[in-house]
Amino acid sequence: MRSRIPLVALAFLAALGLAGPPPSAASEPARPGPQVPAHSAATADAPAGPLDIQAEPPPFTEGIFPCSQCHDRAVDAKPKQLAFHDEIQASLHHGPPSRWCLDCHDNSKRDFLHLINGELVPFTESYRVCGQCHGDKYRDWRVGVHGKRIGMWNGAKTYFLCVNCHNPHNPRFKALKPLPPPVPPQDQGFNGAPPPSTQEKAP
Amino acid sequence: MSPPSKLPVLADPPRADPSGEWSRRRFLQAGAATAALAAAAGCKPEAVVEELRRRNFKELTGADLKDLLARLEKKYSAEYGKAVTVGAAGPMPGVNFGYGLDLSRCIGCRRCVYACVKENNQSRKHPQIQWIRVLQMEKEHGVDLAHATPYYDPELVPEPGHFYMPTQCQQCRHPPCTKVCPVKATWKEPDGIVVIDYDWCIGCRCCTAACPYGARKFNWAEPELPAAEMNPVTHYLGNRPRPKGVVEKCTFCIQRSRAGRYPACVEICPVGARKFGNLLDPKSEIREVMDRKRVFVFKQELATEPQFYYFYAT
Repeated sequence: MRSRIPLVALAFLAALGLAGPPPSAASEPARPGPQVPAHSAATADAPAGPLDIQAEPPPFTEGIFPCSQCHDRAVDAKPKQLAFHDEIQASLHHGPPSRWCLDCHDNSKRDFLHLINGELVPFTESYRVCGQCHGDKYRDWRVGVHGKRIGMWNGAKTYFLCVNCHNPHNPRFKALKPLPPPVPPQDQGFNGAPPPSTQEKAP
Repeated sequence: MSPPSKLPVLADPPRADPSGEWSRRRFLQAGAATAALAAAAGCKPEAVVEELRRRNFKELTGADLKDLLARLEKKYSAEYGKAVTVGAAGPMPGVNFGYGLDLSRCIGCRRCVYACVKENNQSRKHPQIQWIRVLQMEKEHGVDLAHATPYYDPELVPEPGHFYMPTQCQQCRHPPCTKVCPVKATWKEPDGIVVIDYDWCIGCRCCTAACPYGARKFNWAEPELPAAEMNPVTHYLGNRPRPKGVVEKCTFCIQRSRAGRYPACVEICPVGARKFGNLLDPKSEIREVMDRKRVFVFKQELATEPQFYYFYAT
């Protein structure tokens, strides 16, 4: 009889201990393992200001997303030459040669990326994946110093994802063809010679 | 040493109601001669009289300003065959504009040059007017105008061993250009933008010579602005169509920036090298740049104190 009371008390305390966090926490999905981040948690990382709008969706190749339409299950995660995605494999040039798909793409949930700690990240928040290694750029990007923004300097801005400007598989910014150089003053026809435009228009 | 004498072109401070003296207004009140002159030139006399008797833009208020803008809107709308608006939005209180250009990012693609031409209604070919000039410089020499060219034209940019430094109006805090203007047709606004009144400019080009940055451009011929490409959203002190014989330059896209928008060059830049914002707002992008990056101003030794900053983000 005497021993039953402490047992009940112990059981009660144990129950209290397990239910230590507020009751709301118990209703959340189990913590261990990969988990889809709540939207609010993710936007805390997005560029400053509640008025920021994401410019463009991630630049997927036509018809490639969702990935789960082909990749329906987790596979052996060892790096190997794939029989598909030839174009990406050929151009993959990002960090050390050991870099491969599943470093960033999640194996079991193919429509997501993942952080090094296993947390799942949707493609619209891919900057969190980039920011793991490129912390200095990530910090600058969040305050608007790195990357481009359009819209209002004093209000709603549209921001671009890292991958809108950098191909994540081959991130170095590509060279561009420059627009035409200015015409030197001596070729604009102010020194006696009629300018090209009036020559063309002459009746 | 005698005190500096002033040119008797515009009294300083401007009189609210010029009377007694020989003034523009008084002269035109006689009227008849001018009307006859206008009729001989084939213009509507009243329009010409209106044009000639108006006062400096800074003195205009209320109805006078409204009339002037309405007159210009009508004129431009007829000329370009579309509904043209001419705004005159003033500076926002508590705003002082600053501009940042990241030299470690710019690749010299000149997208900014042509976005600016389009937005600000610059003359296209003859004369060719471009408010932005991108200089190609050699990494070996650093920022050195003796080793710089705006005429580079390779297949692809950036070229190895080179970097690019776009230049435009630096919106100086001590602008040499406004000091030399004999008619006060150009001045610095409270938000930092140096502006020109094209109706007041006499085309003497003193400002063009005074500017150490080559930012001011002169319309040597009637500007060539195709009606189809004309941007109809204009500002009196900014991108409204200019006549032959006046000076023009970058205004930080006054028609956009005073409406809260980024200048056109900021939005077009494919590498995000251009930053713009309010220097008085500690959370603005330009302040982030100034607080954390290596920043310099062009020709600092001239003490013009530009509001245009070059920086290196990396």
